[in-house]
Amino acid sequence: MNLLELTALLFLGAFTAGLIGSLTGLGGGAVIVPLLTIVFGVDIRYAIGTSLVSVIATSSGAAAAYVKEGYTNIRVGMLLEVATTIGALTGAFVAGIVAPQVIAIIFGVVLLHSAWQSSQPREEHVTGGPPDRLATWLKLDSTYPTPNGPQAYQVHRIPAGFGLMYVAGVLSGLLGIGSGVVKVLAMDRAMRLPFKVSTTTSNFMIGVTAAASAGVYLHRGYIEPALALPVMLGVLSGALLGARALPGLRTRSLRLVFAVVVAALAIEMLYNGITGKI
Amino acid sequence: MATHTDTAPTAVGSGHAPAEERMEQLVGNLLRIGVLIAAAVAFLGGIAFLAHYGLARADYATFRGEPTALSTLGGIVRGALALHWPAVVQLGIVLLIATPVARVLLTVVAFAVRKDWMYVLVSAVVFALLVYSLLGG
Repeated sequence: MNLLELTALLFLGAFTAGLIGSLTGLGGGAVIVPLLTIVFGVDIRYAIGTSLVSVIATSSGAAAAYVKEGYTNIRVGMLLEVATTIGALTGAFVAGIVAPQVIAIIFGVVLLHSAWQSSQPREEHVTGGPPDRLATWLKLDSTYPTPNGPQAYQVHRIPAGFGLMYVAGVLSGLLGIGSGVVKVLAMDRAMRLPFKVSTTTSNFMIGVTAAASAGVYLHRGYIEPALALPVMLGVLSGALLGARALPGLRTRSLRLVFAVVVAALAIEMLYNGITGKI
Repeated sequence: MATHTDTAPTAVGSGHAPAEERMEQLVGNLLRIGVLIAAAVAFLGGIAFLAHYGLARADYATFRGEPTALSTLGGIVRGALALHWPAVVQLGIVLLIATPVARVLLTVVAFAVRKDWMYVLVSAVVFALLVYSLLGG
């Protein structure tokens, strides 16, 4: 394959990943590494570097729209970014000492979990009860737009959310993914933020998390411009299209289809890691 | 689409304080502009790059690691100024990585203007970690 053909194919693959990633709130990064290693036979280290770049592009592109619409909770995002950036630096450091096979196996496990998680139905919880004292002190409670006007919500269990965010950061730095699934899990389940606030704040944080480890990977020589170019531009155009289609779009069936694809890729990654074919 | 345009009047329906909304608009604009500039630089460099090397064999199955010219900030900037096309593409990618970093710096300033010192500290810690990573600490 010559460079022109590879560029065109990578662009198409990344465009699809960016579109679905943005619609499901899971980020395109989860499928970029398997796409590059399994379909295109790229070394996993180049794949991780490329994926991180695409993750920053998706996050920043989509976050620009969500922040302006008032879904994103910037205070929650900034506070939790302390945990994710420290985690990302830890992950990038660990990635430099473990074997690529180990990374492939961890990737497979995380991807399987993501597939399972994204196939779970979402129920919007009612935020009520007494306000959390730590959340009040940190001024985290806010409102978000709904068709019936602004809706107030409260933030809960901040230490649990913070801990989960550190894990999300480690996975991001180690695997080159946005780890939106863990981030949404931390905010949606642990901190009980409204689902749309969780997904958009997660998207907002992903770019910063990925930038923390992307610096380390750049200096390590993992970021190859010929791969990063089509993947970054492809993911970006897909994500922008997805962000425009967000309000009111039903994503349940899409999440299910995506879950099946992600599960298949996860099994392939696990197999390659265990048999040492990566 | 017509049904959505009237329900999404940007930040107007979010219920956030005016100062909060101004920061959201600023952050949103910065992210958009940063990504646009990064994508434009990478795209233009990429066209020239593909025009030169498009028919070369593409093989990334073995990891060799990027040379210093493409893996250090100094090397990338020098290469890009000399119109070494892979370095121009890489400069676009560095600008993309720098976009969230600039966003965090903007957040530090925005919280400082509002004398919200707790969040100035929080954002400054994140900014310091990002700079440490990008400068190759």
